[in-house]
Amino acid sequence: MSRIANSVLVGAALMLAGCGSGGQAATASGTVTGDVTVFAAASLTETFTRLGEDFEEANPGTKVRFNFGGSSALAQQLDQGAPADVFASAAPANMKQVTDTRTITDAPRTFARNKLAIVVPKGNPGGISRLADFADAGRKIALCAEQVPCGAASQKVFELAKVTPAPDTLEQDVKAVLTKVSLGEVDGALVYRTDVRAAGDKVEGIEFAESAQAVNDYPIAPLAKAPNAVAAKAFVDFVLSGEGRAVLSAAGFDHP
Amino acid sequence: MTRNRVRGRLPVVLVLPAVIGLAFLLVPLAGLLIRTPWASLSTSLSAEVGEALRLSLICASLATVLCLFLGIPLAWLLARSGLPGRGFLRALVTVPLVLPPVVGGVALLLVLGRRGLIGEHLDAWFGISLPFTTAGVVVAEAFVAMPFLVISVEGALRAADPRYEEAAATLGASRWLTFRRVTLPSVLPGVVAGAVLCWARALGEFGATITFAGNFPGETTTMPLAVYLALETDPDAAIVLSIVLLLVSVGVLAGLRDRWISGPT
Repeated sequence: MSRIANSVLVGAALMLAGCGSGGQAATASGTVTGDVTVFAAASLTETFTRLGEDFEEANPGTKVRFNFGGSSALAQQLDQGAPADVFASAAPANMKQVTDTRTITDAPRTFARNKLAIVVPKGNPGGISRLADFADAGRKIALCAEQVPCGAASQKVFELAKVTPAPDTLEQDVKAVLTKVSLGEVDGALVYRTDVRAAGDKVEGIEFAESAQAVNDYPIAPLAKAPNAVAAKAFVDFVLSGEGRAVLSAAGFDHP
Repeated sequence: MTRNRVRGRLPVVLVLPAVIGLAFLLVPLAGLLIRTPWASLSTSLSAEVGEALRLSLICASLATVLCLFLGIPLAWLLARSGLPGRGFLRALVTVPLVLPPVVGGVALLLVLGRRGLIGEHLDAWFGISLPFTTAGVVVAEAFVAMPFLVISVEGALRAADPRYEEAAATLGASRWLTFRRVTLPSVLPGVVAGAVLCWARALGEFGATITFAGNFPGETTTMPLAVYLALETDPDAAIVLSIVLLLVSVGVLAGLRDRWISGPT
């Protein structure tokens, strides 16, 4: 409940911010200026924060604001009219949620690919080495809830590997899963390869073969009612540019 | 009876904000009711909803019992003991009220988690691990809800007339006997009010629960967690879940009110 209330508050704050910037961008049509509000998947937290800084530097007078979260929650907020300029989802399914309602009219473009990896706390206390270990009820396992993209991808790899996992918790986004691992509360989890890299040396990653068959495409698109349409388009172009690609691949994303 | 004497014209400066306040609290609930897909209500109520509801009610009730056991003595300590630094203690007790629940959940993980300060030993010595268990949900809810009980009971204790306790003491009653037979009965309305607030807060708890106890159907998925996850894919289901939780909690609170909280106040 309180979480929902929080997102409503965030929405209201964004609305105010959006109103302020909208006028500013209109006066200087053509040049990129003002606030850009980007709703992005939780797994993009580090890369997009970096890209936002680079974008602000390349376009003085702009300010990029982010709302990171589970792609499904973000899509839901956008469908309910949350004022944003750009949506970057961790899966085409959640992008479809917003294109179906015509909240996004431009054709979304795939800008990155990601695959899952096993993640264990430093030192691997649970001795996990392969997907089959996730079926052991004696080990503490965290997975993403099936509603969010990482959960859907996890389900797919378990089906491919013919493993029935025995999770202890189904988290609401990939970063929540990662937190449980880095605190050592679970023995193992499935997150994106990029999340393993972002968590640094608090965790260890283990690649597995089935992950190649459950690759997540990340689509991005400007919103139909973007308060700052010019900057929205510029930000999308920036993510798709060579510069954006370099930041993404440094973080472990594959290029489509 | 005495109320009639102060009756007169209702002052607009009070009535106007009161009405706006009432609307502010009730209109969102009305919105929920208006948007409820009543036709599909019974079909969307799956076994999982029943499970989540049962879990919510059990955990909130257990958390309230835990809060009563720990909170009443704590309130007594704050109100009666003459302990130095009571004001500071009182402020500390209310910290969980202002702490964002998610932060509370992280704090609980750091202390009671498998690698936490205390949790580490619980795990090593007794094999007890609280995260991802129903007991963990109760702990998270009690952590967030206890201040409501403590504040309410402490207020009642401070308002109670200490002369009755003094009289009991002069008649030879021990402090424990005085507490049980004189103090506790005199603050019972405060205890009940505090317990109801505490229960209601525990029932709606989300942030600390999902952070500390995680989310697994039948184990730790309480109604607020189910609502949140349903909202991501199926808003109609989320509304139905909210309505169920709303009706049950209003039903319980109304029932308690008739039985316990009516009376002169």
